[in-house]
Amino acid sequence: MAKRSAPEVNAGSMADIAFLLLIFFLVTTTIEKDSGLNRKLPPIEEDIEPPIIKQRNIFTVLLNGKDQLLVEEELMEIKDLRAAAIEFLDNNGDGTCTYCQGPKNASSSDNPDKAIISLKNDRETSYATYISVQNELVAAYNVLRNRRALELGPPQGFTDMNFVEMQKNYKDARFVGNKTKLKEVINQIKLEFPQKLSEVQ
Amino acid sequence: MSKFKKKSDGGTPAISTASLPDIVFMLLFFFMVATVMRENSLKIQNALPVANQVEKLDKKNPVSYIYMGKPSAGYEKFGTEPRIQLNDQFAELSEVGAFIGAERAALREELIPFLTVALKVDKDANMGIVGDVKYELRKVNALKINYTTGVGDALNNIK
Repeated sequence: MAKRSAPEVNAGSMADIAFLLLIFFLVTTTIEKDSGLNRKLPPIEEDIEPPIIKQRNIFTVLLNGKDQLLVEEELMEIKDLRAAAIEFLDNNGDGTCTYCQGPKNASSSDNPDKAIISLKNDRETSYATYISVQNELVAAYNVLRNRRALELGPPQGFTDMNFVEMQKNYKDARFVGNKTKLKEVINQIKLEFPQKLSEVQ
Repeated sequence: MSKFKKKSDGGTPAISTASLPDIVFMLLFFFMVATVMRENSLKIQNALPVANQVEKLDKKNPVSYIYMGKPSAGYEKFGTEPRIQLNDQFAELSEVGAFIGAERAALREELIPFLTVALKVDKDANMGIVGDVKYELRKVNALKINYTTGVGDALNNIK
Protein backbone atom coordinates (compact mmCIF):
# COMPACT_ATOMS: atom_id res chain seq x y z
CA MET A 1 0.00 0.00 0.00
CA ALA A 2 1.32 3.36 -0.92
CA LYS A 3 2.23 5.56 1.96
CA ARG A 4 -0.14 8.46 2.26
CA SER A 5 0.50 11.63 4.15
CA ALA A 6 -1.98 12.37 6.93
CA PRO A 7 -4.86 14.41 5.53
CA GLU A 8 -5.12 17.95 6.79
CA VAL A 9 -8.05 18.67 9.09
CA ASN A 10 -10.29 21.30 7.66
CA ALA A 11 -10.28 24.25 10.01
CA GLY A 12 -12.71 26.27 7.99
CA SER A 13 -15.56 25.74 10.44
CA MET A 14 -13.45 26.72 13.43
CA ALA A 15 -14.57 30.33 13.05
CA ASP A 16 -18.20 29.26 13.07
CA ILE A 17 -17.78 27.31 16.27
CA ALA A 18 -15.96 30.19 17.89
CA PHE A 19 -18.65 32.62 16.78
CA LEU A 20 -21.28 30.41 18.31
CA LEU A 21 -19.50 30.45 21.66
CA LEU A 22 -18.86 34.17 21.34
CA ILE A 23 -22.52 34.92 20.80
CA PHE A 24 -23.48 32.76 23.74
CA PHE A 25 -21.16 34.65 26.07
CA LEU A 26 -22.21 37.99 24.61
CA VAL A 27 -25.79 37.23 25.47
CA THR A 28 -25.14 35.93 28.96
CA THR A 29 -22.76 38.72 29.95
CA THR A 30 -23.90 41.15 32.58
CA ILE A 31 -21.17 43.62 33.30
CA GLU A 32 -21.44 43.96 37.06
CA LYS A 33 -22.22 47.37 38.40
CA ASP A 34 -22.93 46.71 42.03
CA SER A 35 -22.55 49.69 44.26
CA GLY A 36 -24.17 50.79 47.43
CA LEU A 37 -23.90 52.28 50.86
CA ASN A 38 -21.47 50.45 53.09
CA ARG A 39 -22.47 50.17 56.71
CA LYS A 40 -21.09 48.40 59.70
CA LEU A 41 -23.50 46.85 62.16
CA PRO A 42 -22.79 47.03 65.86
CA PRO A 43 -21.93 43.72 67.47
CA ILE A 44 -24.37 42.30 69.95
CA GLU A 45 -23.00 42.98 73.35
CA GLU A 46 -24.80 41.87 76.40
CA ASP A 47 -24.18 42.99 79.94
CA ILE A 48 -22.38 46.10 78.77
CA GLU A 49 -23.57 49.38 80.15
CA PRO A 50 -24.27 51.77 77.33
CA PRO A 51 -21.92 54.72 77.59
CA ILE A 52 -23.46 57.88 78.86
CA ILE A 53 -23.76 60.34 76.04
CA LYS A 54 -24.94 63.87 76.50
CA GLN A 55 -28.21 64.58 74.82
CA ARG A 56 -26.80 67.51 72.90
CA ASN A 57 -24.29 65.18 71.21
CA ILE A 58 -27.00 63.01 69.74
CA PHE A 59 -28.79 63.96 66.57
CA THR A 60 -31.96 61.92 66.53
CA VAL A 61 -33.50 61.14 63.20
CA LEU A 62 -36.76 59.28 63.36
CA LEU A 63 -38.65 57.82 60.44
CA ASN A 64 -42.15 56.71 61.19
CA GLY A 65 -44.36 54.20 59.46
CA LYS A 66 -45.83 56.88 57.21
CA ASP A 67 -42.35 57.84 56.01
CA GLN A 68 -42.44 61.11 57.89
CA LEU A 69 -39.15 62.45 59.12
CA LEU A 70 -38.72 63.76 62.65
CA VAL A 71 -35.35 65.37 63.29
CA GLU A 72 -34.59 66.55 66.81
CA GLU A 73 -38.29 66.51 67.65
CA GLU A 74 -39.20 68.55 64.59
CA LEU A 75 -40.81 67.54 61.35
CA MET A 76 -38.48 67.96 58.42
CA GLU A 77 -38.33 67.33 54.68
CA ILE A 78 -35.66 64.95 53.47
CA LYS A 79 -34.12 67.63 51.28
CA ASP A 80 -33.35 69.74 54.35
CA LEU A 81 -31.79 66.88 56.26
CA ARG A 82 -28.33 67.19 54.80
CA ALA A 83 -27.92 70.82 55.83
CA ALA A 84 -29.24 70.10 59.31
CA ALA A 85 -26.84 67.21 59.77
CA ILE A 86 -23.91 69.29 58.56
CA GLU A 87 -24.78 72.05 60.96
CA PHE A 88 -24.96 69.58 63.81
CA LEU A 89 -21.67 67.83 63.01
CA ASP A 90 -19.79 71.02 62.30
CA ASN A 91 -21.09 72.84 65.37
CA ASN A 92 -17.99 72.65 67.57
CA GLY A 93 -19.69 73.49 70.86
CA ASP A 94 -16.66 73.11 73.12
CA GLY A 95 -14.27 74.85 70.71
CA THR A 96 -11.73 71.99 70.55
CA CYS A 97 -12.21 71.43 66.86
CA THR A 98 -9.87 73.79 65.05
CA TYR A 99 -11.07 72.91 61.55
CA CYS A 100 -14.77 73.35 62.15
CA GLN A 101 -16.71 76.35 60.94
CA GLY A 102 -19.84 75.83 62.97
CA PRO A 103 -21.66 78.42 65.07
CA LYS A 104 -20.43 77.00 68.43
CA ASN A 105 -23.95 76.63 69.64
CA ALA A 106 -23.89 75.43 73.27
CA SER A 107 -27.00 73.33 72.84
CA SER A 108 -25.65 71.37 69.87
CA SER A 109 -22.77 68.91 69.48
CA ASP A 110 -19.41 69.41 71.25
CA ASN A 111 -17.14 68.36 68.38
CA PRO A 112 -17.30 66.04 65.36
CA ASP A 113 -15.68 63.24 67.35
CA LYS A 114 -18.43 63.23 69.93
CA ALA A 115 -21.33 63.92 67.63
CA ILE A 116 -23.47 60.88 66.97
CA ILE A 117 -26.31 60.60 64.51
CA SER A 118 -28.93 58.17 65.64
CA LEU A 119 -31.27 56.87 62.98
CA LYS A 120 -34.38 55.14 64.14
CA ASN A 121 -37.02 53.61 61.95
CA ASP A 122 -40.35 51.87 62.26
CA ARG A 123 -41.17 48.44 60.93
CA GLU A 124 -43.49 50.06 58.44
CA THR A 125 -40.98 52.55 57.08
CA SER A 126 -40.40 51.97 53.39
CA TYR A 127 -36.95 50.91 52.35
CA ALA A 128 -36.72 53.56 49.64
CA THR A 129 -37.20 56.35 52.18
CA TYR A 130 -34.77 54.75 54.55
CA ILE A 131 -32.09 54.62 51.86
CA SER A 132 -32.75 58.25 50.96
CA VAL A 133 -32.22 59.26 54.56
CA GLN A 134 -29.10 57.15 54.87
CA ASN A 135 -27.86 58.72 51.67
CA GLU A 136 -28.42 62.24 52.95
CA LEU A 137 -26.61 61.49 56.20
CA VAL A 138 -23.65 59.95 54.40
CA ALA A 139 -23.71 62.97 52.12
CA ALA A 140 -23.42 65.27 55.15
CA TYR A 141 -20.27 63.47 56.26
CA ASN A 142 -18.92 63.55 52.73
CA VAL A 143 -19.49 67.30 52.41
CA LEU A 144 -17.50 67.95 55.56
CA ARG A 145 -14.79 65.50 54.60
CA ASN A 146 -14.54 67.01 51.15
CA ARG A 147 -14.13 70.45 52.65
CA ARG A 148 -11.39 69.16 54.92
CA ALA A 149 -9.70 67.34 52.06
CA LEU A 150 -9.42 70.57 50.09
CA GLU A 151 -7.65 72.10 53.09
CA LEU A 152 -5.37 69.18 53.90
CA GLY A 153 -4.62 68.01 50.38
CA PRO A 154 -2.62 70.89 48.86
CA PRO A 155 0.21 70.90 51.48
CA GLN A 156 0.64 67.19 50.83
CA GLY A 157 0.62 67.67 47.08
CA PHE A 158 -2.94 66.60 46.34
CA THR A 159 -4.49 69.73 44.93
CA ASP A 160 -8.06 69.96 43.72
CA MET A 161 -8.96 66.57 45.05
CA ASN A 162 -11.83 66.13 47.43
CA PHE A 163 -12.29 63.26 49.82
CA VAL A 164 -14.42 61.14 47.53
CA GLU A 165 -11.90 61.54 44.71
CA MET A 166 -9.06 60.74 47.08
CA GLN A 167 -10.69 57.47 48.01
CA LYS A 168 -11.36 56.69 44.39
CA ASN A 169 -7.78 57.46 43.45
CA TYR A 170 -6.47 55.36 46.28
CA LYS A 171 -8.29 52.35 44.91
CA ASP A 172 -7.37 53.16 41.33
CA ALA A 173 -4.36 51.16 40.19
CA ARG A 174 -3.53 53.72 37.52
CA PHE A 175 -3.21 56.60 39.95
CA VAL A 176 0.22 58.21 39.66
CA GLY A 177 1.21 59.68 42.99
CA ASN A 178 2.26 58.81 46.46
CA LYS A 179 -0.32 56.36 47.69
CA THR A 180 1.05 56.00 51.21
CA LYS A 181 0.82 59.74 51.64
CA LEU A 182 -2.67 59.73 50.21
CA LYS A 183 -3.69 56.99 52.63
CA GLU A 184 -2.38 59.09 55.50
CA VAL A 185 -4.44 62.07 54.44
CA ILE A 186 -7.55 59.90 54.02
CA ASN A 187 -7.07 58.37 57.44
CA GLN A 188 -6.56 61.75 59.05
CA ILE A 189 -9.77 63.07 57.54
CA LYS A 190 -11.63 59.95 58.61
CA LEU A 191 -10.33 60.51 62.11
CA GLU A 192 -11.30 64.15 62.15
CA PHE A 193 -14.80 63.52 60.87
CA PRO A 194 -15.56 60.00 62.06
CA GLN A 195 -18.74 58.52 60.69
CA LYS A 196 -20.71 57.84 63.82
CA LEU A 197 -24.02 56.83 62.44
CA SER A 198 -25.96 54.49 64.63
CA GLU A 199 -28.91 52.50 63.40
CA VAL A 200 -31.20 51.82 66.30
CA GLN A 201 -33.12 48.59 66.19
CA MET B 1 18.48 35.71 -14.03
CA SER B 2 15.42 33.64 -14.43
CA LYS B 3 15.35 33.10 -10.68
CA PHE B 4 14.18 36.62 -10.18
CA LYS B 5 11.63 36.57 -12.86
CA LYS B 6 8.47 38.19 -11.82
CA LYS B 7 5.64 35.72 -11.46
CA SER B 8 2.81 36.26 -13.76
CA ASP B 9 0.11 38.25 -12.05
CA GLY B 10 -3.03 36.14 -11.88
CA GLY B 11 -5.71 38.50 -10.55
CA THR B 12 -6.06 39.68 -6.94
CA PRO B 13 -5.13 37.00 -4.43
CA ALA B 14 -7.83 35.87 -2.03
CA ILE B 15 -7.57 37.38 1.43
CA SER B 16 -6.48 34.76 3.86
CA THR B 17 -9.09 34.03 6.49
CA ALA B 18 -6.81 31.75 8.42
CA SER B 19 -6.42 34.27 11.24
CA LEU B 20 -10.15 34.83 11.58
CA PRO B 21 -10.55 32.07 14.19
CA ASP B 22 -7.74 33.65 16.21
CA ILE B 23 -9.47 37.00 16.24
CA VAL B 24 -12.78 35.46 17.19
CA PHE B 25 -11.18 33.38 19.90
CA MET B 26 -9.58 36.52 21.29
CA LEU B 27 -13.02 38.15 21.57
CA LEU B 28 -14.43 34.93 22.96
CA PHE B 29 -11.87 34.79 25.74
CA PHE B 30 -12.52 38.42 26.61
CA PHE B 31 -16.20 37.80 27.08
CA MET B 32 -15.61 34.53 28.89
CA VAL B 33 -13.45 36.34 31.40
CA ALA B 34 -15.76 39.34 31.71
CA THR B 35 -18.91 37.28 32.04
CA VAL B 36 -20.55 36.85 35.36
CA MET B 37 -23.26 34.29 35.10
CA ARG B 38 -26.40 35.23 36.93
CA GLU B 39 -26.08 33.12 40.02
CA ASN B 40 -29.62 33.30 41.17
CA SER B 41 -32.86 33.52 39.34
CA LEU B 42 -34.95 35.92 41.29
CA LYS B 43 -38.33 34.87 42.53
CA ILE B 44 -39.01 38.24 44.03
CA GLN B 45 -39.40 41.75 42.75
CA ASN B 46 -36.09 43.49 43.09
CA ALA B 47 -36.14 47.09 41.96
CA LEU B 48 -33.31 48.69 43.88
CA PRO B 49 -33.61 52.21 45.22
CA VAL B 50 -31.09 54.80 44.09
CA ALA B 51 -28.52 56.81 46.03
CA ASN B 52 -25.69 59.10 45.02
CA GLN B 53 -23.19 58.70 47.86
CA VAL B 54 -22.42 55.16 46.83
CA GLU B 55 -19.19 53.25 47.01
CA LYS B 56 -18.34 50.47 44.63
CA LEU B 57 -18.79 47.07 46.12
CA ASP B 58 -15.27 45.75 46.42
CA LYS B 59 -15.10 42.53 44.46
CA LYS B 60 -11.70 41.70 45.95
CA ASN B 61 -13.45 40.72 49.14
CA PRO B 62 -16.04 37.96 49.23
CA VAL B 63 -19.64 39.06 48.91
CA SER B 64 -22.81 37.21 49.84
CA TYR B 65 -26.16 38.36 48.60
CA ILE B 66 -29.45 38.42 50.42
CA TYR B 67 -32.47 39.40 48.38
CA MET B 68 -35.68 40.76 49.79
CA GLY B 69 -38.90 41.78 48.17
CA LYS B 70 -42.41 40.81 47.32
CA PRO B 71 -42.82 37.48 45.50
CA SER B 72 -43.01 38.23 41.80
CA ALA B 73 -45.65 37.13 39.35
CA GLY B 74 -46.01 33.36 39.31
CA TYR B 75 -45.09 33.01 42.93
CA GLU B 76 -48.22 34.51 44.40
CA LYS B 77 -48.77 31.45 46.53
CA PHE B 78 -45.97 32.70 48.75
CA GLY B 79 -48.06 35.69 49.69
CA THR B 80 -47.81 39.40 49.07
CA GLU B 81 -45.62 40.30 52.00
CA PRO B 82 -41.90 40.83 51.31
CA ARG B 83 -39.91 37.63 51.59
CA ILE B 84 -36.26 36.73 51.86
CA GLN B 85 -34.53 34.91 49.06
CA LEU B 86 -31.26 33.12 49.67
CA ASN B 87 -29.51 31.60 46.65
CA ASP B 88 -32.35 30.19 44.61
CA GLN B 89 -35.19 29.81 47.01
CA PHE B 90 -37.39 31.53 49.49
CA ALA B 91 -36.08 31.36 53.00
CA GLU B 92 -37.27 31.94 56.49
CA LEU B 93 -35.64 34.44 58.74
CA SER B 94 -34.12 31.68 60.85
CA GLU B 95 -32.19 30.37 57.84
CA VAL B 96 -30.15 33.54 57.44
CA GLY B 97 -27.67 32.53 60.12
CA ALA B 98 -27.12 29.11 58.57
CA PHE B 99 -26.72 30.72 55.15
CA ILE B 100 -23.95 32.96 56.40
CA GLY B 101 -22.35 29.95 58.05
CA ALA B 102 -22.43 28.07 54.76
CA GLU B 103 -20.99 31.05 52.88
CA ARG B 104 -18.18 31.30 55.38
CA ALA B 105 -17.45 27.60 55.18
CA ALA B 106 -16.88 27.97 51.45
CA LEU B 107 -14.25 30.67 51.95
CA ARG B 108 -10.60 30.50 52.67
CA GLU B 109 -10.09 31.16 56.32
CA GLU B 110 -8.15 34.40 55.97
CA LEU B 111 -10.96 35.93 53.94
CA ILE B 112 -13.74 35.22 56.42
CA PRO B 113 -13.45 38.52 58.33
CA PHE B 114 -13.81 40.41 55.05
CA LEU B 115 -17.09 38.84 54.02
CA THR B 116 -19.52 41.56 53.06
CA VAL B 117 -23.22 40.89 53.01
CA ALA B 118 -24.94 42.79 50.24
CA LEU B 119 -28.60 43.43 50.94
CA LYS B 120 -30.52 43.72 47.71
CA VAL B 121 -33.84 44.97 48.86
CA ASP B 122 -36.77 46.02 46.76
CA LYS B 123 -37.62 49.65 47.24
CA ASP B 124 -41.21 48.86 48.10
CA ALA B 125 -40.24 46.55 50.94
CA ASN B 126 -40.60 47.86 54.45
CA MET B 127 -37.91 48.17 57.04
CA GLY B 128 -39.39 45.49 59.29
CA ILE B 129 -37.93 42.62 57.34
CA VAL B 130 -34.66 44.46 56.75
CA GLY B 131 -34.32 45.13 60.48
CA ASP B 132 -34.97 41.48 61.25
CA VAL B 133 -32.31 40.37 58.80
CA LYS B 134 -29.87 42.89 60.21
CA TYR B 135 -30.48 41.49 63.67
CA GLU B 136 -29.88 37.94 62.41
CA LEU B 137 -26.63 39.11 60.84
CA ARG B 138 -25.53 40.66 64.08
CA LYS B 139 -26.26 37.40 65.84
CA VAL B 140 -23.84 35.53 63.59
CA ASN B 141 -21.38 38.41 63.71
CA ALA B 142 -21.57 39.28 60.02
CA LEU B 143 -21.27 43.00 60.55
CA LYS B 144 -20.06 44.30 57.20
CA ILE B 145 -23.11 45.06 55.15
CA ASN B 146 -23.84 46.95 52.00
CA TYR B 147 -27.20 48.33 51.01
CA THR B 148 -26.95 47.74 47.30
CA THR B 149 -28.48 50.59 45.35
CA GLY B 150 -28.56 52.00 41.91
CA VAL B 151 -26.94 55.33 41.15
CA GLY B 152 -29.16 58.38 40.98
CA ASP B 153 -30.67 61.18 42.96
CA ALA B 154 -31.88 59.77 46.27
CA LEU B 155 -34.77 62.19 46.43
CA ASN B 156 -36.30 60.41 43.46
CA ASN B 157 -37.00 57.39 45.64
CA ILE B 158 -39.94 59.07 47.20
CA LYS B 159 -42.84 59.58 44.94
